[in-house]
Amino acid sequence: MAEVTKLIHKYLRHDKKFPHVWCPGCGNGILLGALIRAIDRTHLEKDEIVIVSGIGCSGRLSVYVDFNTLHTTHGRALTFATGVKLANPKLQVIVIMGDGDATAIGGNHFIHAARRNLNLTAIVVNNSIYGMTGGQYSPTTPYGSLATTSLHGNIEQAFSIAELAAMAGASMVSRGTVYHTSLLDELLEKAIHKRGFSVVEVISHCHTQYGRRNKMGNAADMLLWQKKSAVRIEKARTMSDEEMQDKFSIGVLVDRELPVYTQEYRKVREMAKKAMTQMR
Amino acid sequence: MLLQGNEAIVEGAIAAGCRFFAGYPITPATEISEVMSYRLPAVDGTFIQMEDEIASMGAIIGASLAGTKSMTATSGPGFSLMQENLGFACIAEVPCVIVNVMRGGPSTGIPTQVSQGDVMQARWGTHGDHPIIVLSVSTTQDCFSITVKAFNLAEKYRTPVIILADEVVAHTREKIFLPHPGEVEIIDRIRPNMPPDWYIPYEDTSRGVPPMAAFGEGYRYHVTGLVHDSRGFPTQRPDEVKGLMSRLFRKINQHFFDIQMVEEEATEDAEILTVAYGSVARSARRATREARHRGIKAGMVQLVTLWPFPRQILEPKLRKLRAVLVPELNVGQISREVKRINQGVTRVETLNRIDGNLITPAEILSRLMKM
Ligand SMILES: Cc1ncc(C[n+]2csc(CCOP(=O)(O)OP(=O)(O)O)c2C)c(N)n1
Ligand code: SF4
Repeated sequence: MAEVTKLIHKYLRHDKKFPHVWCPGCGNGILLGALIRAIDRTHLEKDEIVIVSGIGCSGRLSVYVDFNTLHTTHGRALTFATGVKLANPKLQVIVIMGDGDATAIGGNHFIHAARRNLNLTAIVVNNSIYGMTGGQYSPTTPYGSLATTSLHGNIEQAFSIAELAAMAGASMVSRGTVYHTSLLDELLEKAIHKRGFSVVEVISHCHTQYGRRNKMGNAADMLLWQKKSAVRIEKARTMSDEEMQDKFSIGVLVDRELPVYTQEYRKVREMAKKAMTQMR
Repeated sequence: MLLQGNEAIVEGAIAAGCRFFAGYPITPATEISEVMSYRLPAVDGTFIQMEDEIASMGAIIGASLAGTKSMTATSGPGFSLMQENLGFACIAEVPCVIVNVMRGGPSTGIPTQVSQGDVMQARWGTHGDHPIIVLSVSTTQDCFSITVKAFNLAEKYRTPVIILADEVVAHTREKIFLPHPGEVEIIDRIRPNMPPDWYIPYEDTSRGVPPMAAFGEGYRYHVTGLVHDSRGFPTQRPDEVKGLMSRLFRKINQHFFDIQMVEEEATEDAEILTVAYGSVARSARRATREARHRGIKAGMVQLVTLWPFPRQILEPKLRKLRAVLVPELNVGQISREVKRINQGVTRVETLNRIDGNLITPAEILSRLMKM
């Protein structure tokens, strides 16, 4: 049996009625493949893994995979994940969000989750648009781009999700694309292994709602755009700001050791117990 | 032992088995967070201060899904923020307890003054048709025992349970008897005992409450806020949509008698009945006793369960009454419900205060004397 078929049998839900909700050619399907491959490489048991997702096209990923899955409310996936992780720290919790999900409605939770540094893996699918609701501009829509709510060009500046996560205190921050799949597999695997809050910004495409309107072509054209615009971080570090104009870096951008919340909390428990016995 | 209502709520929660609390500071509920922050870690539980109340509600749902009894506490403004995720807990059937220590509203309102303005919000605050259980507390002792009951009902019926306290109950320091841990009746959610392959997470059972597996126990299943089929997967098939929605109502409706709790005082031969709840019930009890001393055939029903409204208990009483008085710290929220079930059978009078002060026993008594 081909490797891919084995993975499909092992990790996709056979009792879930396919086909999926995504448009043909959507980057979400590529991410799903990468995630499954990365998880397979970690040798974690399916029972140990919890996939928490938000609301949006990307949020639908959770329903297809055979893990403990939790499809939450728009923007709040990280809050649910926080509760799951704290109640059972042995679980490996992976959170999947869209760019609007994670940085508009869920922006507050995103920065605080990064700052708090629980051992969670946060995957943000950045397709530069609100896909599910039909193409309104999001916090990552580039200045000047067209959307159904910016017919004459977006006048807002875009967030860099990876930089935001790094500034907020995440232990690991990476960026990949759905074009560079073997890198993406690797970044996801590293993020899952990382102790602490790890973010993977996945540059993806929504050809249906964003590409078409902004004359970027079909799904294949948008993949080529990712190929053209992405620069490995090692190389990007040697390039000038001018050279990096209209380009973005990919790879592991930040990797640092910071106190992990659950470890710190263990100390809180010990001190609280000591204080209680002294009170008695 | 002397405890404040807010402290007694914490003790009740811990006695009931609560081991996770997520909250955001707000007057007059803050003490619940503060006490939880050192009580929970001492019993191997977890306290976390979240970035807001939306996050607090999300976190307690997540913790409950991972198998831990969980709770949050807030007041009006925070309660408003919790509504969307509260609806998630209803449709995904996640047991959890939400304490709302009511203060004057709307908006920032009067943070330090008492109110009962959130009775209808507790019933209908989240969007969409949904059943909900709401309990109220009027003494420090209630704060302990009703909190235990709230957890028990949440677990038994896989539903969020809201406790409505108010500023007066929360901050009054009074005598309380704390039972020994073994003396407290504790109910835990039913867990699946079939092999994982046979587990249907949202299966209709005779009780209407499917067994609930915790994440990580080997029963991998899908939890969503979308309307779902019995396996938890999103559906738009009318029969499946209807099946889920009607089961959600049925599981509460067919257990009315287990859920509806009231306390009665001198109701047997009463001709005038006061229906009260929360801190106002304290005044109503005093007024009722005083009225009896003066020869007035007064009685009182203290509503412990506010929603589902204890209609089955009140309705038969109405027929024997000359009049009913409903004193409340709002412009008339429970009185609407009393009038609705009364259907003109007897006279329903209201006594409302919205100035941030408690209704006194004297105010109620003077009304009873005029009725
Ligand atoms: C509270 C709330 N507001 C609005 C919506 C409507 N809504 C659903 S998905 C979505 C945007 C999704 O965009 P994004 O997060 O970028 O994900 P994508 O669909 O592009 O994957 C919105 C606004 C909602 N479900 N809940
Ligand atoms: S609308 Fe865009 S993001 Fe959503 S499935 Fe289609 S291509 Fe993908």
